[in-house]
Amino acid sequence: METYIELAYLFSAVLFILGLKKLGSAKTARTGNNYSIVAMALAIVISLVSAGIIGPTQIIVGLLAGSLIGFVMAKRVEMTSMPQLVALFNGFGGIASTLVAYAELIKMQNAGTSPALDISITIMLSILIGTVTFTGSLIAFAKLQGILKGAPIVLPAHQALNLLLMLGIVAGSVLYIFNPPLVVWPLVVLLISAVFGITFVIPIGGADMPVVIALLNSYSGLAASATGFVLGNNVLIIAGALVGASGIILTNLMCVAMNRSVLNVLFGAVGTSDGDGSSDAPGGEQRNVTRYTGEDAAMIMDTINSVIIVPGYGLAVAQAQHILHEMTTILESRGVQVKYAIHPVAGRMPGHMNVLLAEANVPYDKLYEMDEINDEFQNTDLALIVGANDVVNPAARTKKDSPLYGMPILNVDYARTVMFVKRSLGAGFAGEANPLFFDEKTMMVFGDAKKVITDLVKGLKEG
Amino acid sequence: MESLILSIYVFVLAVFIGFELITKVPPLLHTPLMSGSNAISGITIVGALYVANISNWELPTLLGIFSVTFAMINVVGGFLVTDRMLGMFKKDKGGK
Repeated sequence: METYIELAYLFSAVLFILGLKKLGSAKTARTGNNYSIVAMALAIVISLVSAGIIGPTQIIVGLLAGSLIGFVMAKRVEMTSMPQLVALFNGFGGIASTLVAYAELIKMQNAGTSPALDISITIMLSILIGTVTFTGSLIAFAKLQGILKGAPIVLPAHQALNLLLMLGIVAGSVLYIFNPPLVVWPLVVLLISAVFGITFVIPIGGADMPVVIALLNSYSGLAASATGFVLGNNVLIIAGALVGASGIILTNLMCVAMNRSVLNVLFGAVGTSDGDGSSDAPGGEQRNVTRYTGEDAAMIMDTINSVIIVPGYGLAVAQAQHILHEMTTILESRGVQVKYAIHPVAGRMPGHMNVLLAEANVPYDKLYEMDEINDEFQNTDLALIVGANDVVNPAARTKKDSPLYGMPILNVDYARTVMFVKRSLGAGFAGEANPLFFDEKTMMVFGDAKKVITDLVKGLKEG
Repeated sequence: MESLILSIYVFVLAVFIGFELITKVPPLLHTPLMSGSNAISGITIVGALYVANISNWELPTLLGIFSVTFAMINVVGGFLVTDRMLGMFKKDKGGK
């Protein structure tokens, strides 16, 4: 019996791996997700069967309650709120790992057995990682949801406090590991970890949340892995490790795209609440910009053969994706070639902009990554930038003292004409003025993205 | 200790597989990747079922039930929202 159960768990682990492999292409991704669902269902059924029973009623209640809550949350969520939802789910995964480890610990205490060294170490790891993931994710959720302000919240002597908390965690863990019967130390570690999760995330600005979510994603995987070590269950170890690796890769990608180090993001307390450029233009420069309206923009659109659209989060805030898609449909019916250029940090989590555009029925083969499309701007009539700024700021290439310097950007300035749809002349999140606003070939169309593009569509239909 | 070493082997090899697989996922799919892998981390459900599987109302069992509930939210919600997103990704019908 035991062997069959182990083999079935192995099959489940293999399915998880195949599922992730199929996620490598848009064509097979949905099948891949289904593989993972089957793998998970299998793991759950084996667990129930291996206990020799279908399980006491309280288990069924837990399963049903969790399924129902998860179902409702997943069905109701708006695509713009996806980062919050993922943060919340991360947190739930984390707390589940903590609870399992703590319950296991009390069981051993009640049975009067003293755990072996490896078990007590992994129990402490599981509690630590799970709890930090839980409270950290709740803070990330609150920041993204606007319950907490997005700006960094820095307490006096914040880093010293974090250091102190870490020392407390280590001390508590050591005290338990070398004196296992004392079940109070794990509780102390749990509480300190909970505080640490909070103080770890509150000093991180709202615009850096993509990195935090990716990192917490990784932690929730590691927490599951640690629980696998405690229970000696390989499917937990493997699945957790896969998620851990995934989160780390995404964390790294986001940092590279923002031109920052992970340490700078986590401990730098950089930035204001968000990066969509509501601040005033710095430096008091009184240079002229060419202002246009939606109708003017429509006239330009009548003359072009190709356009590359650069969407930023401002587009999603204005809920202008759908009207933008309507605009591109009109343009395409007139033979204009339309492509979208997606910067890695467009949106509030890795890949977020692609989902927002897919929701607005934009076919995914029109969405191009930065490296794929950067050479095409020079042969393009118009670069249309909607609600983005820093990711197209040429200062990143040349201005050595700029915080943007070295950041990979989209080469919109190589296009024949550049058009910004933007609320104001403000600098972006990085506080760096964009010289492209004042360029002769640039048209600035100020206003809410949805209103401007609606006017533009009206103009196109009349023209 | 021997079983610990074996577990570490499994963990390290799985991390390498994870790196290999995830680096091949295009940025287009990074959000579904995140929510999907997030659901996979709900595998803790296996541990939760294990600790909750006793017919009494003592503390470990209660913790186990809460754990089952939280993990199940993570699993069902995560997979469902991933499927919802992936269902929105469509290729251009014109096929140009």
